[in-house]
Amino acid sequence: MNMANSQPGSMMTNTLGKAASQQMSREVTVSAQDVKVYYGDTQAIKGINLDIYRNEVIAFIGPSGCGKSTFLRVLNRMNDTIDGCRVEGKVTLDGEDIYDKSLDVVLLRARVGMVFQKPNPFPKSIFENIAYGPRLHGLASSKTDLEGIVESSLKRAGLWNEVKDRLDQPGTGLSGGQQQRLCIARTIAVSPEMILMDEPCSALDPIATAKVEELISELSREYTIAIVTHSMQQAARVSHRTAYFHLGDLIEVNATDKVFTQPEHELTEAYITGRFG
Amino acid sequence: MTNWMLVAVLLGVMAVAYHLGLTRSRVMARAGNARRAAMHSRPGYYGALVALWCGLPAFLVFAVWNIAEPSLIRNAVVTMLSSEAGTMTSQQVGIAMQRIESIASGFGVAGDVTPVEAAAAAEMARLQAIGFYTKIALVMAIVLGGLVFAYRRIKPDFRARNHVEQIVRIAMFLASGVAILTTVGIVLSMVSETLRFFSFVSPLDFFFGTVWDPRFSTTGAAGGGYGILPLLSGTLLVSVVAMTVAVPVGLMTAIFLAEYATPRFRSIAKPVIEVLAGIPTIVYGVFALIVVGPFFSSVGAAIGLEIRATSALTAGFVMGIMLIPFISSLSDDIITQVPRSLRDASMGLGATRSETIRRVVLPAALPGVVGAVLLAASRAIGETMIVVLAAGNSPVLQGNPFEAVSTVTVTIVNQLTGDQDFASPQSLVAFALGLTLFVITLGLNVVALYIVRKYREQYD
Repeated sequence: MNMANSQPGSMMTNTLGKAASQQMSREVTVSAQDVKVYYGDTQAIKGINLDIYRNEVIAFIGPSGCGKSTFLRVLNRMNDTIDGCRVEGKVTLDGEDIYDKSLDVVLLRARVGMVFQKPNPFPKSIFENIAYGPRLHGLASSKTDLEGIVESSLKRAGLWNEVKDRLDQPGTGLSGGQQQRLCIARTIAVSPEMILMDEPCSALDPIATAKVEELISELSREYTIAIVTHSMQQAARVSHRTAYFHLGDLIEVNATDKVFTQPEHELTEAYITGRFG
Repeated sequence: MTNWMLVAVLLGVMAVAYHLGLTRSRVMARAGNARRAAMHSRPGYYGALVALWCGLPAFLVFAVWNIAEPSLIRNAVVTMLSSEAGTMTSQQVGIAMQRIESIASGFGVAGDVTPVEAAAAAEMARLQAIGFYTKIALVMAIVLGGLVFAYRRIKPDFRARNHVEQIVRIAMFLASGVAILTTVGIVLSMVSETLRFFSFVSPLDFFFGTVWDPRFSTTGAAGGGYGILPLLSGTLLVSVVAMTVAVPVGLMTAIFLAEYATPRFRSIAKPVIEVLAGIPTIVYGVFALIVVGPFFSSVGAAIGLEIRATSALTAGFVMGIMLIPFISSLSDDIITQVPRSLRDASMGLGATRSETIRRVVLPAALPGVVGAVLLAASRAIGETMIVVLAAGNSPVLQGNPFEAVSTVTVTIVNQLTGDQDFASPQSLVAFALGLTLFVITLGLNVVALYIVRKYREQYD
């Protein structure tokens, strides 16, 4: 805690600039400027600046309670559903302020999909789980159209072969890993630009985890992905860039191999070498 | 010394026994620490076990004695009476015994006391005295026996804790048995009385008769019509009106409280709504009769409809208001139990709050909501006071909610009030009606269970 407080916040912009310059010039999808989040009187995030580029996988790591999940939920305004949560600062998606009063939150959440920590399929059939989003937003003009969306979503989530014969069975009857891929397929079905994943593998066994990670790598060709994870190995395996959070501050963000081999900040080094976490 | 004093003494002795057991086990534990292993259980268990051994058998014997004693004494006195006064009819015996009991208890009787009666009463008092002292002696002997037996069993390796556990288990089993046996007893007695009723009126006439007109007759024969259909139609009409009011309002209240209301509003509104459930139904009935009925009647007159002040509409509407808290409170609990993760998933896909409620929360909560609605429905069918006052008591087969009707419950009340011979079909029909009601609500519950099982959307 003392270490965190002793560090001025200005250095974040430095690392951020470096990271950006090291990448080839890429299009910024999400840009957060001086984002602060409060839960009632407690400040959970203390002013974060971060750009996320198109089609990258960015991992948020850090000890428990560091604000990484909270920051993730800022990006599709899921924090709105929590009583007493207040967000300050500016967040843009493709240049558009997502905290602007005129913005339609509901459409934002369709553009920025979310996969949760615990697989949470609806207690409906597999087909209905996928069809839920497209039906809401009127994405399918006919029944065949809808079936097409369901099939392609399941295929892209790598689940089609496992469930194609039992689309009418309840989604809750699948195994944990299949459920999580079902949730990812459900998110893809509304064609988002970006997918937020909040520790998507923390409730899965190693084999299911491997499948989901493989899926993340494939999805990154089409989507921008921000993933919160407790596992540094996972961050190393799936992400292009890694952001290290500490007690509501963004300490360091850089190319993943750089963060894990030559961390610029001593707090990051302490965390990745396992001195705390 | 009366029975109650004996009970008080027993409880006192149990307290003493508890302390004896407690102390002995403590003493033993202290002595044991030096040489052998400590006691198996904590001292309280030894105390409790001694107290239970001391009290339970004694209470059992006490209860059995109290049940058996009066009839034994009565038999003895009756034998003596019949040997002295010659044979009597059972009715004469009954009258004579009542007089003798009054004399024996010292309250005295009207008229002169015959020598035979006086002798019998003296005999009875003597037997009662003997019985009472024997009882005290027996109970006390058992208390002491239990106390000594349990006290001597206290050893370091005696597992008092497990024994107490067993006794507690038996006690709980017996308690649940009481509830079950009572229910079975009520049903059986209803069935047997109903069968008696059917010996007067054929079941066909009862279940399919369209005329309800049970006439009074002194001969004990069944006169007039005993058709249940007009009553069932009335019950159905009132219940449908009630559910039409209660289900939409209650459900929307529940959804609002669970999904939209701020915690502050919810903390105020929920108790206020639940107060509705605490109002006695007679108050609702008065309200219906004096306020709602005339209001509906005048509204009907204003728009050219003939609405009776006491009608199915009046009773059903007020009953609906009474049922709102049932539905809203139960549904609210069920809706808030739907896991947050499902709401998050739906919102995360870009659903609005009401879309989430309609497509995710309500389907997941449906079984519980159906249960709540059916529970309210069986309340509506069994509700009595409101319909007695506000439904008009007109057992005619018709389907107009603006007319006066009568329900099964109202009719049960009517059949049992006044000077009635409980063995006449006019009274016995109440059992048949009650049993029919019971079967209907049971059927509703079965249907509810079936729906819940079939359409349950499983979430963990």
